[in-house]
Amino acid sequence: MAKAPVLTVDGLSVDYVTDRSVPAVDEVSLQIHRGEILGLAGESGCGKSTFAYGINQLIRPPGTISGGSVTFHDSSGEDIDVLKLTGRALRAYRWDKVSMVFQGAMNSLNPVIPVHAQLGDVFKTHRPEMSRAQRQARAEELFEFVGVPTNRLRSYAHELSGGMRQRVMIAMALALSPQLIIMDEPTTALDVVVQRDIIEEITRLQRELDFSVLFITHDLPMLLEISDRIAIMKNGRIVELAGAEDIFFAARHPYTKELLRSFPSLTGTRGDFIRHGAGIEESGEE
Amino acid sequence: MSSVLNDTMAAAEEGSIEEAAGPRRRRWREPKLLTGAGIVIVIVLFGLLGPLLTQDPYAVDNIGMTPPSGDHLLGTTQTGEDVLAQLAHGTRGSLLIGVMVGAMTLGLSAFFGILGAFVGGILDELFSLLTNIVLVIPGLPLMIVIGSYVEQKSIFLVAGVLALTGWAAGARVVRAQTLSLRDRDYVLATRVAGESTWRIICVEILPNLLPVLSSGFVFSIVFAILGEAGLAFIGIGASDSLTWGTMLADAQNGQALLLGGWWWFVAPGFLIAILGCGLALINFSIDEIINPKLRPARARKRSS
Amino acid sequence: MATLEVRALKKDFPVREGVRRTLFPAVKGVDFELNAGSTVALVGQSGSGKSTVARMIAQLERPTGGEILLNGQPATFRRRGMREYRSQVQMVFQDPFASLNPFHTIAHHLERPLLRNGRVRGKAALRARVEELLERVNLTPADSFAERRPHELSGGQRQRVAIARALAPEPTVLIADEPVSMLDVSIRLGILHLLARLQREENLAVLYITHDLATARHFSDEILVMYQGEVVERGPADDVILRPTAEFTRRLANAAPEPARTERFRRAAARYASGGDGDGDGDGDGDGDGGAEPSGAPGAPDASGTSGTP
Repeated sequence: MAKAPVLTVDGLSVDYVTDRSVPAVDEVSLQIHRGEILGLAGESGCGKSTFAYGINQLIRPPGTISGGSVTFHDSSGEDIDVLKLTGRALRAYRWDKVSMVFQGAMNSLNPVIPVHAQLGDVFKTHRPEMSRAQRQARAEELFEFVGVPTNRLRSYAHELSGGMRQRVMIAMALALSPQLIIMDEPTTALDVVVQRDIIEEITRLQRELDFSVLFITHDLPMLLEISDRIAIMKNGRIVELAGAEDIFFAARHPYTKELLRSFPSLTGTRGDFIRHGAGIEESGEE
Repeated sequence: MSSVLNDTMAAAEEGSIEEAAGPRRRRWREPKLLTGAGIVIVIVLFGLLGPLLTQDPYAVDNIGMTPPSGDHLLGTTQTGEDVLAQLAHGTRGSLLIGVMVGAMTLGLSAFFGILGAFVGGILDELFSLLTNIVLVIPGLPLMIVIGSYVEQKSIFLVAGVLALTGWAAGARVVRAQTLSLRDRDYVLATRVAGESTWRIICVEILPNLLPVLSSGFVFSIVFAILGEAGLAFIGIGASDSLTWGTMLADAQNGQALLLGGWWWFVAPGFLIAILGCGLALINFSIDEIINPKLRPARARKRSS
Repeated sequence: MATLEVRALKKDFPVREGVRRTLFPAVKGVDFELNAGSTVALVGQSGSGKSTVARMIAQLERPTGGEILLNGQPATFRRRGMREYRSQVQMVFQDPFASLNPFHTIAHHLERPLLRNGRVRGKAALRARVEELLERVNLTPADSFAERRPHELSGGQRQRVAIARALAPEPTVLIADEPVSMLDVSIRLGILHLLARLQREENLAVLYITHDLATARHFSDEILVMYQGEVVERGPADDVILRPTAEFTRRLANAAPEPARTERFRRAAARYASGGDGDGDGDGDGDGDGGAEPSGAPGAPDASGTSGTP
């Protein structure tokens, strides 16, 4: 069954122009389907964050989008050419249709404003017609959604733990019921147990609210667990894009295999890792 | 096998980055640093060589207040002294004060800043207290008080007072920087290796403070020259030497403005402004070296 | 006799709350032994006190209570005993970008510990030893690496330099504090392999501090799980991971991403094993929920085995 796309990226290129032009994202094409979690995996410097910024027109100089197109297929049936948007239309698109949870986003909450006011600001900007009571009700609803007790609404950022803050950020990303949420390493700075809670929360919300997610991380095992499809990125290009099971059991590209090998299995046989693996390293030296 | 593969890949990557960074780094540093250094060098040369080539700055003539001409390139003062000669000697005096204060400030702020922060505990508390007290001692009233006791204020006395009242701000910057350096892993690593405290300070920490220290040095030169000019202008500067400040004070007393003798005060004023500008440019480029955020091209490479 | 023994090690940190000063117990009495040729992993979350233990053993932090015994001798924090201790106990830090001084060359980083311990005399011998160390950590050509500065090296290369520096005084104990967590995933195993080989060659006693259960299991012989300053579980690596008894260990183990043990991948494994019916994309199940049973039997070991080989 072919699913309807929510975002089509066609040949997107982002260059960093300094003395010479360095391509950070090199003619990347992919489609995010409605209601799927698409994983984007790669190591630092591979261009995965730049790509995420690119599809939201968030590239700042010296970076420039040098080619390609990004088309958003709105639920109303209208197609939006994202790279042509400017000014108010762009701002409306950004939170309304596509929202983002950044890497280290939990540290981007304003420390001197209580979190409910920051959530309220989103509504004031994007939904000016909402009344004060409506805003309050919606904020409570969102906090319940992401599993933060509503009595924490009046808290300041420093009064919340890292996991709580990240939940608040997810609530803010959900505030306007976007059709796509881009998550750039949302759990990297968190402890394993908290990370597990957050990704379970994300998958639950995704099932209930049926938005699409572009989930960017270097943590391939985690991505395999939560994603429907996974794209592997290297040096600005997508080297492999397939269903999570295919990536796991039948990876084709050597780089994908190398990445998979880089994560030793927790419960599997000790097999080809360290004890015998030490031999691998030595034979490689000659 | 994979580790070896990755290493060679990483090595290859690094090679290209290095190549790219070289010329780019030089390019962004050039204009500001070159302009600033050029201005400063010209003024320093003028201060060094000028007095050797000009006439006696105190030689009085009966052609007072003549505008610039062939005989007197920058005109004369009310009593007929050659402004160019005065300017040359004044430059030497002002620069001398600047460098003396800069050196003393550097020594004091480095001593109190680094030692306190590195040793910590009671010593740090004491040094911080002292720094904070000095920070709020106003230089001007102190100078007025001293001026009322000492008849003949030498250039060294003025420099000493300026240095004593001016080192505290620098010490606080150095202390903050040292505190952050002290807990860096590479300093911890040398402690694990068993190095002595002095060696850690001199070999591991001091080199990394160089940008901060040199920026502080440059700043305190500007501070000293302006401060001295201010003191001299209100008549409590050094009474034994010529500086830009004393020239301005003389011009004020000689009613240069009233008599239309613009050449008298424009010359030292211009040099103060241009030297401040040159040193500030040097400071900006030092800033860019310290703070990677001011370097967009290089900052990008770190992030993904 | 154990190479290094830790008895009832405690550390309290003073915390200021307004005017009041209280003590925060970061480590509440930890005992363990490090033996030549074997690795002990200290596993825990951030704030569990595992790094504090490492820093106390490296004598960067003074213990509030308890003892550290090196070859049966209690470690002192006095100057004389410290020197011998420090040549015996070395440490590799977490962040390779912070652990090398940007101002100095790679050679400088290695020469100092060599000179300090007086094992090398003469310029030529020193240089030869520096290059030998660099070659042992696979940084070749050694003479070119020796003259570079840290910013010209990648993270993995820097970490290799840090390891070479730790080996320079010929220690008997090596503390590795999250040595790979700041590195790109594809070079992590290379560094761990390197540590494992050096350990075998030098018969080192290694303390491996990490938050990552998977590498702890594969890299070490014994695992200690720390939680809020206490060791909540200890034992042979496989026992602790595959048959955890402490509640916290179980939570940690269940939280770690491990696709092979999810229902979805187990089902897929059967499909791929039986020849596979192409890509089973739109099967409609899509319940990749992290149900993550601990499953006493390791989840689909064959599956994870095949993941390594095409």
